[in-house]
Amino acid sequence: MTDQSALARPAAQTPPQVNWFSRKIHKSETFRAYAVLSPALLFLGFAILIPFAILVVLSFWTPVGFDFNREFTLKNYRDIMERPIYGTLLWRSLWISTMATVFTVLLCYPMAYYVAFHVHRNKMVWIVLMTLPFWTSYLLRVFAWKVVLGYEGVINSGLIWVGWIEEPLKFLLYSPSAVIITLAHAWAAFAILPLYVSLEKIDKSLLEAATDLGDGPMRRFFRITLPLSLPGVISASILIFIPTTGDYITPALLGGPNGMMIGNLIQMQFGPTNNWPMGAALAIVLMLTIAAICAAFILITFFVRKRIT
Amino acid sequence: MSDDSYISIQNVQKYFGSFCAIENISMDIAHGEFFSLLGASGCGKTTLLRMLAGFESPTKGEIFIDNQPMSDVPPHYRPVNMVFQSYAIFPHLNVHDNIAYGLRKRKLPKAKVTEMVDEMLNLISLPDYGNRKANELSGGQRQRIALARALILRPKVLLLDEPLGALDKQLREQMQLELRQLQRTVGITFVFVTHDQEEAMTLSDRIAVMADGEVMQLDTPIGLYERPVNRKVASFIGTMNFFDGVVADEAGETLKIEAQGLGPITAPANPSNKAGFYKGDKVQVAIRPEKLVLSAQKPDAAFAASGRVQNMAYLGERSHYLIEMDGLDKHVAVSSQNLVPGASLFEMGSDVWINWQSDAVVVLERN
Repeated sequence: MTDQSALARPAAQTPPQVNWFSRKIHKSETFRAYAVLSPALLFLGFAILIPFAILVVLSFWTPVGFDFNREFTLKNYRDIMERPIYGTLLWRSLWISTMATVFTVLLCYPMAYYVAFHVHRNKMVWIVLMTLPFWTSYLLRVFAWKVVLGYEGVINSGLIWVGWIEEPLKFLLYSPSAVIITLAHAWAAFAILPLYVSLEKIDKSLLEAATDLGDGPMRRFFRITLPLSLPGVISASILIFIPTTGDYITPALLGGPNGMMIGNLIQMQFGPTNNWPMGAALAIVLMLTIAAICAAFILITFFVRKRIT
Repeated sequence: MSDDSYISIQNVQKYFGSFCAIENISMDIAHGEFFSLLGASGCGKTTLLRMLAGFESPTKGEIFIDNQPMSDVPPHYRPVNMVFQSYAIFPHLNVHDNIAYGLRKRKLPKAKVTEMVDEMLNLISLPDYGNRKANELSGGQRQRIALARALILRPKVLLLDEPLGALDKQLREQMQLELRQLQRTVGITFVFVTHDQEEAMTLSDRIAVMADGEVMQLDTPIGLYERPVNRKVASFIGTMNFFDGVVADEAGETLKIEAQGLGPITAPANPSNKAGFYKGDKVQVAIRPEKLVLSAQKPDAAFAASGRVQNMAYLGERSHYLIEMDGLDKHVAVSSQNLVPGASLFEMGSDVWINWQSDAVVVLERN
């Protein structure tokens, strides 16, 4: 005999009581999305928007001794416009980080290309190995470059030993080129990953189709591979350009007087010079400049992409 | 190489490491032919197609296209174009630029290119689609654009790698008809790879049935269906009933065979099977389900046997039966057309007779 009671329909019941939150979660897609997002939103609100607001307010004040004159003024911004030191440093920072970005992307693109198209096994191992420099502290890497580029460093003593040069090359250390070399190496991992992801995503049959339709390897690269990996190039460039423009550790340690960047100046305002409002104004000018450049860059790349294909 | 051969594949072998993808294949394809490579996945048909395109090179042997040896010709210089299984529509280009892609090299004036593309769009019945983006297209439209992109270059040979596999059944049948029509219009040699025997039968002038890197039979659709050379081909193309038998006597064009479950029968000596059969040979007797005729009473026919309906399926225009027969451990499949409404349907379990014509019987080697 089977147990009939287990198969019998349950007696009619009052509908189960569901609380407001569960009902909302169940019914509204928007609510669900915000519920998932809210921790991140809260964190962003506190950790970014509030400090940013403080910075904006601060930039319209002026320092008085160890306190601030809370009267609204555009003096800091006027100073930035009028005194050439700020413009020079900003311009140099943009130039150095542009060079660093260009070199990094140019160096990393072939590496990412190789792993995406020519490595068939253990791709992840290759990627991890390429990001290996990233496993040590930033400061340590900068010091390592100091050892490599220094007057008695690896490159100079090597070249002297081979006999190609008589005296150490002075431009290697304490110069903008030292900063560019170090930045390009230090941020390589940020370029490889987005480049790899965008190249890896390209359907191999598209490349075969291009070949089939008469394109040689070079033509195919410029008509298919490059345009399709452009999102990776853009994100890699932006990922490197933004942090390197404001970097102050590398120029402080390797830049020398000619390699000083806007980041060093901002750091000085908040440190030894003790002019926080000026530092805040510089930070905001830097941020707006970077935002404008990134926007222009994205627009240009999309325009170019339209033209070359 | 025969005189009218346009593509000639001569003793081609292909190894991937120690894995042999193509055993040793030689075949000739005529100009303007719709030729299919048919086989289950892994039989080497796609490898052969990719060797024609130039994406793989033969380990041994040579491929000629229009009398030119192809081994030193890289894919982008070959007079062939391909329609890929995934269509490979360039996602960053619109329809016009996709179709015009291969024309870039020819440095034609812009107006001429547009004219050629519009002509192609008309041919594939997608006029005014030039400005559509790749992601706004359905599967069938992508397929047609992939075709147009290859055909606009007027290749000597068009290679198609299972181009209809991703489409749903109805669209696929429509595209089959359009494809055949298109091939007749443009007059280009098509080499078509498929695993779908029905599709190959519908489209092709000739079909090469492949298995394990070898061509088992190369014939017209009729030849493959009516005169298969072995059991593999016979069971790959359509459905086939097999019976074990022994040749009792051979008399010119006719074989007398003692077949299990069927009794003494006669059959034409299979002309496409070169081996020939002699008295005492163990053979396999094969009969297609639709060539068996069912009746309730003992028929007035030269060859007949009795059995019971074990299972039946009504499919509308025809019914499929499985007949249980004495002295046979497997069921015989019979397919009969439903010509008269409601009539000639047999109940499950009812006693029936099957009869057939002597020339419906195919004799194959037993392995």
